[in-house]
Amino acid sequence: MSTETHVEHEDVVEAHGSRKGYLTGFALSVVLTAIPFWLVMTGALPAAATAYLIMIFAAVQIIVHMVFFLHMSSKSEGGWTLMALIFTVVLVGIAFSGSLWVMYHLTDNMMPMTAQEMRQIP
Amino acid sequence: MSARALKADTETPVEFYLREEHDHPEGSSTMLGFWIYLMSDCLIFAILFACYAVLGGNYAAGPAPRDLFDLPLVALNTAMLLFSSITYGFAMLAMEEKKAGQTQAWLAVTGLFGLAFLGIELYEFSHLIHEGATPQRSAFLSAFFTLVGTHGLHVTFGLLWLVVLMVQVARKGLIAANRRRLMCLSLFWHFLDVIWIGVFTFVYLMGMLR
Repeated sequence: MSTETHVEHEDVVEAHGSRKGYLTGFALSVVLTAIPFWLVMTGALPAAATAYLIMIFAAVQIIVHMVFFLHMSSKSEGGWTLMALIFTVVLVGIAFSGSLWVMYHLTDNMMPMTAQEMRQIP
Repeated sequence: MSARALKADTETPVEFYLREEHDHPEGSSTMLGFWIYLMSDCLIFAILFACYAVLGGNYAAGPAPRDLFDLPLVALNTAMLLFSSITYGFAMLAMEEKKAGQTQAWLAVTGLFGLAFLGIELYEFSHLIHEGATPQRSAFLSAFFTLVGTHGLHVTFGLLWLVVLMVQVARKGLIAANRRRLMCLSLFWHFLDVIWIGVFTFVYLMGMLR
């Protein structure tokens, strides 16, 4: 590697992100964080509905962070970051849902820990 | 037969590879490489989340999330991390405008928010342990401390990295190498905020609903 070939590559790290983008992402994040906390703290909705709603809010907020803070797009690094992300999401999905599925009956043969569980023994 | 004909036609033997690797500009693949690292880190957290999902209901007749978690404190913690995300964003904007002083100032603010997050988390942990809710108490608490603790450890090392980069920028200015490093830490820092979304939703909020 000769020294004159790479003097100062100014364009290696491309600039992206704008003040407007960061502020939009921040405002959306605040709203998407505040609503789930409010829902759980006040108990405005039934527990099951709240659970589904806050999971949806979390998923949307993750996408907001990915777009406005991590600057994910199909164009960054020639699309390879998105490919790596999709691959990871697939792996995470398999590992997470697979674990839950396989381990669902984990405690079925355990001794009952409470009086209520004792009564439920067939 | 064909090989011999090929050799007869051309004087020098045919080569099907490049003798020299063509030049890559320094750091041209760093961002992609760092992204791949973040994705592997994501898998670590996925497994810890899966552990928590499987073991999170095993209280061993000990305290449940409802008895332990203090939601206003978690909300405050979440706010600290969110503020640190936007201030890091401002640091990156100042960096793109080549304003070293402003970059340093925003990085310092980010560091303070990160420190506040860690302080609140350590206070929460010490409070739990003081109440007897130690990692040894139940499978739920083991999984909880491992997941949230791993995230806290990441934030700790992020802070350490932040301080090192501030020293680097102070000494060498916003040279290309330092800007690349700041971009990597930006990805790392925002990534930790993304993981925290999973933690506060899945562990704290869902825990209160159990």
